[in-house]
Formats: sequence, C-alpha cells, structure tokens
Amino acid sequence: MKIVVCVKQVPDTKGGVQFNPDGTLNRAAMLTIMNPDDKAGLEAALRLKDEYGAEVTVLTMGLPKAADVLREAMAMGADNGILVTDRVLGGADTWATSQTIAGALRNIDYDLIITGRQAIDGDTAQVGPQISEHLGIPVISYAQAIKLDGDSVVVERQYDDRYHVVKAKMPCLITALAELNEPRYMTPGGIFAAVDAEITTWGRADLKDVEDSNLGLKGSPTKIARASDKVRKGAGQKVTLDAEEAAQYITDKLLEKHII
Amino acid sequence: MNLEEYKGVFVFAQQVDNQNSGIALELLGEAKRLAAPLNTEVTAVLIGSDVKGLCDELAAYGADRVILVDDPELKEYRTEPYTHALASVINEFKPDIVLVGATAIGRDLGPKVSARVATGLTADCTLLEIGDFPIVAKPGVEQKHNQLLMTRPAFGGNTIATIACPNTRPQMATVRPGVMQKIEPIADAKAEIIEFNPGFTPDSKYVEILEVVKAVNDTVDIMNAKILVSGGRGVGSPENFKILEELAAAIGGEVSCSRAVVDAGWKPKDLQVGQTGKTVRPQVYFAIGISGAIQHVAGMEESDLIIAINKDESAPIFDVADYGIVGDLNKVVPKLTELVKANKKAL
Repeated sequence: MKIVVCVKQVPDTKGGVQFNPDGTLNRAAMLTIMNPDDKAGLEAALRLKDEYGAEVTVLTMGLPKAADVLREAMAMGADNGILVTDRVLGGADTWATSQTIAGALRNIDYDLIITGRQAIDGDTAQVGPQISEHLGIPVISYAQAIKLDGDSVVVERQYDDRYHVVKAKMPCLITALAELNEPRYMTPGGIFAAVDAEITTWGRADLKDVEDSNLGLKGSPTKIARASDKVRKGAGQKVTLDAEEAAQYITDKLLEKHII
Repeated sequence: MNLEEYKGVFVFAQQVDNQNSGIALELLGEAKRLAAPLNTEVTAVLIGSDVKGLCDELAAYGADRVILVDDPELKEYRTEPYTHALASVINEFKPDIVLVGATAIGRDLGPKVSARVATGLTADCTLLEIGDFPIVAKPGVEQKHNQLLMTRPAFGGNTIATIACPNTRPQMATVRPGVMQKIEPIADAKAEIIEFNPGFTPDSKYVEILEVVKAVNDTVDIMNAKILVSGGRGVGSPENFKILEELAAAIGGEVSCSRAVVDAGWKPKDLQVGQTGKTVRPQVYFAIGISGAIQHVAGMEESDLIIAINKDESAPIFDVADYGIVGDLNKVVPKLTELVKANKKAL
C-alpha cells in the first residue's frame, strides 16, 4: 500500500509572534514547525505502515527550506520526501495551491492521501478537499480515527455534535485532526539517516495536467485587498486586591452595569 | 465567464436532523444586509431529505426564495451528494455571492463546491462588506465596484486580511458561526419555493455511512449564553470547576473553558471557547485562570464586558479585559458568588 502525506512548514504561532518595527509580522524571526494537523496525519500514516505495511511518501510545497519538514518526517519514519518548489508557484491561494499539489500527485501511485485538516497560519481547511476534487477521488474530512478494511478505509468523521463512521474505497483522501493521535518523536537513527536522505525536488515543469492560469499568485481567484495586524481593544483597569475587596470590586461593576 | 450574468445573494441553509442550524439563520440575516446595496434578492439553498417543512422558518429569517434540493440520498450530510447539489444549483441559478457556514459541514462542502465550479473561496470570515476592489483606485488598474470584501483572521488571530474575488463568480465565503446577526423573525413570511433536483447517481465518491454516533449532549450551547463563566488551566482540577459552576448558577450564566482544559480532559470540547472551539459574544465573559493565548482571545474578545481573574499579573488576558483582578481565583470566586447571591436577594 502506498500512502502520501501532504505536510506544510508553518510559523509557530504559539511560540510568541514577532513583529517588525512597522507592525508587520516578522516571519524570519519566527520558529517554523511541521503543521500540527499534518503531523497527526503523518503519524496516522506511520501507524498504518506499522500495522499493515506501507510505503509512506511525504510531500510539501514551499520555499527550498521547507525540505526541513520532509527530513523531520523521514526521521519519524517516512520513506520518501518530495519538495515542490518554484518561484512561479509563490503567492498561491488555496485554489492554486491545491492545483499545484494535485499536479504533483498525478505523478505518483497512491492508495491513500492524508493531509492535515488545516494549517495554523492560514486556518482555511480548504486545500485537502480541493485536492480531492481536482483528482476526482472521495474525501473524508475531519478524521478522528482511521482503520483499514480490505481495499477500503473506515474513518470516524467528526462533526460538531456527533461523528459518522464512514467507509470509502481507496484511493481516497483523508484530512486529519490533531486530536487523531500523539505523534511519535524522531529516532536518533532516523535523524541520522534523514540528514543524508535524498529529497526529490520538483518544479513547475514536473506538474502534470495543470494550466499555468491555475498556478501561483496570477492563478489565484482570491486576491488580498488589505492586510493588517489586528487592532485589539485596549486593556481596561487592572487591580491587585485581596479576595474580599476584589469580589466587592467586581460586584460593584456588575451592579453599575445592571447585570445583577 | 460573463460576470454580469451572476446575480443574487445565496445562502447554504445548513440543516441537521431536519432542523435549520443556527448558522443558516445568521447567514440569512447577513445576506439581507449585503443584498440591500446590491438591490438584489436573498435565496436560501436548502438541501436534505424531507426538509420542505423548514422553508417557512428560512422565509421568516430573511429568505425571499428557497431553492429546495430534496432527495433520499441527502438524508445525512455526505460530501459528494451535497457538493453535487450545491454546485448544480450554482451552475443553474448563477448567484453573485454564496455564503456557507464555517462549520464542520461547511468547511468541507465550501472547498469542494468552489473547486467544482472553479471559483475562489475565503475561509472563516468574520466581516463581509460590499465595496470596491482595489479598495483604493490605482492608475492603470480597473477598479471594480460592488465586490464582496471578505475579512478574516489569519496567523491564529494575529493578523486580519480582507480578500476579494474580482474575476470569477460566484464570490464564495465560509462564515464563522456566532458572528453574524439574525434578523427579528418576520411573522407569516412566505418565500417562493423552487424545487430543483439535479439527479443523484451513487458512485465511489458516495461514501458509505456505517454508523452515526451522536454525542450525549446534556450541555448547553455556550454560543447562546448571556453570561459565561470560563475557566482555564489555572482552575487546577476538574473538581475545582465547582466554584465556577456555583458562580454561574448564582449569576444566571453557563460555564465554558479554554482549550487547555479540553486537552486535559476536564471538560468536553463543546464548551471550548477560541479559535479551534466556539466564538462567543456574551454580555459578560469571566475569564478565570485563563492566561489569554491569542487563539483563546480570538473566540471571546467581542464580548460586551470581559472580567479576568488571574494570579499572574503579566497574563495577556489582562490586555483585553475591561476589569482585571490579579489574585487567587480560589479565594476571589467563592467570595464573588456570595456577594452576587446577596445582591440578588436584595433586589
């Protein structure tokens, strides 16, 4: 069985966001990590590999330094890494990104494609389902458990107040939730091997059956009209009081505003 | 693509178990607001099995017409038949704007439909406006009018971006639940109902649902609460949430929590406020033992009044709180409960 996991290198928004003096995000100063939902997807693939045997390929689209997340994935146990990078692919929205990744995936044999549900930088959750649409295969989003059953997958698909147990014939695409599992650590041997592992690098010319008009900034139907750092409402009053006084202080405010 | 052909504001009227979801009614309210400057109609697209009975409620909340796609294949939400239904409606009726809730259904359906009809989609919007693109006219660039400008947070709420979709139609957005306002329901409103069935032929993309497992749901919907008493990791233990529950009971509110509390298994996920939980805007939000990670703040900062109690005076929650108490929640909260009770009695 062949599994492809799509991963993204993202700024670690948890580890403190850095701003430039002009107020824009200082991406260069921010640490990068493998997107958490993608990492859960990779772990799910590695567990299927452990249980049933599988060849796991990780694929990413990004700047050349995104190769780092492929090496991390290989140190965790992935077999192959593919980096899709090309200047003409930059500035892509989710339509152009999914077209690019679908174009790369058409070169590979796969039974199962796993992506994270969403990346913590864009938070769109759109690329996985859009890839499945371009490839014409079933999608199961929001997976919280994944099992194999012959030539099918059986997935617990999460909704707001329930989950569905869903069965789909492979090939299909699954989007993984970070809650799916606790990803394993890289092994020392894995890290050692991954440093020298060969990473396949593809550019625009390697993408199959994709029009130029669907790629990069120009091929993106959505356009940024305006971007800014969020203006937060200012802090109010902060007081340090003992418990009795503090409770009275809050009560007074609640009375003042006719809440009690 | 002749953009002029595309007219009207369409809403995917999400229903679950043959009941309109709150988001469907919220989106109708927003669609009505957007339709006014465009001088156009609001259309609800209702997809399901035996759901015709829901049309009147959609009319009451602002739908001028309802396109009803009713078929046994649409009983439970499944990606492929719902995508086929909504994409077929778009191809047939050519809307200018399509709004979909950013729910666990809509964030699957939206990307599939937008890819199938080959247009852009902006995720998880919190503000929609009609305006010009580019916003400021530039020499040599055509400025288009009456565009949908879609504003959304990114980078975990650290930045906001406004997105347009100037060259393809429809303009599509998924919209965060709890942000848009429903209208006051109009009594006896009737919408024109158009029944439309594009035909459903199951293939391998029609996944099989083996089982539907509903969460045992005795919890309230925190998005409807007027007062929320929300606890974070600082509460210390699941047992200690009792003091928050007592305050909530005294003041007539509900208990909610931060992600850390859900991750620790202290409270169920449907009580979680924040980027990956729910967006709430109660009259009063108590943040108790919550540090105020940006992902949490994104889900509660629109609350009318924010009161924070935290022993760490540098906790970022104080940056958004109207009133901040630096102190021990274990002492302050029970005292506050006593005083709230006493004052309520006095009234």
